[in-house]
Amino acid sequence: MPTIRIQTEDFDAGAEIAKLRAGNPEVGAIASFVGVCRDLNDGESVATMTLEHYPGMTEKALATIVDEAIARWRILDVTVVHRVGELAPTDQIVLVVVSSGHRGEAFAACEFLMDYLKTRAPFWKKEQTPAGARWVEARGSDDAAAARWTPGRKDAA
Amino acid sequence: MIKLLFFARLREDLGTSAEDLALPADVTTVATLRAHLMARGGAWASVLANGKALRVAVNQDMADPATPVKPGDEVAFFPPVTGG
Repeated sequence: MPTIRIQTEDFDAGAEIAKLRAGNPEVGAIASFVGVCRDLNDGESVATMTLEHYPGMTEKALATIVDEAIARWRILDVTVVHRVGELAPTDQIVLVVVSSGHRGEAFAACEFLMDYLKTRAPFWKKEQTPAGARWVEARGSDDAAAARWTPGRKDAA
Repeated sequence: MIKLLFFARLREDLGTSAEDLALPADVTTVATLRAHLMARGGAWASVLANGKALRVAVNQDMADPATPVKPGDEVAFFPPVTGG
């Protein structure tokens, strides 16, 4: 059963990984990704960051993305945790964990989930910098990363 | 009635996060709803003018200009997402 959580509090990646392993001898591989708040973005130092989201749609969008991953790869379970509210450099932002029988499926699904999350889940970051507060602009490179997974593209995985 | 929601930069620039709107007769799609709101002028006209920086969801699913809007719908306007 996939787990999707939006929360203000921090998460324990080790504990989340252990949960996907516990009691399931089919698990041969677990891939995980942790996104972390940096102190520098686009040449400005970042003091704090506030993450806003669209309650309701966020959970729905993430569930759709997870369902798509489950349909594409033979994966056993998925955990997605995304924090909202105020974060500071070195704080964890997002966790994706995928369990599967073998590493290839776990790696691919984990990367797919992050690429789609970054372009389809309704979260917005606002940074506090010495020059004032600013909303983070969406990056074309994130759209390109997500497009790699579109069937029919020559560079599709 | 429809429920309008605004997030992130749009919420700040419009000075509102939510509004209940009696659905005007000429509003049947996302495109006609956007035109209706832009006709209010001021920040509405300027903030909603930049289609490139605008995303719309109807009932919490990503929508496009042709997506139908009907009474009871929840329509959200927001910038391209930047999570993760």
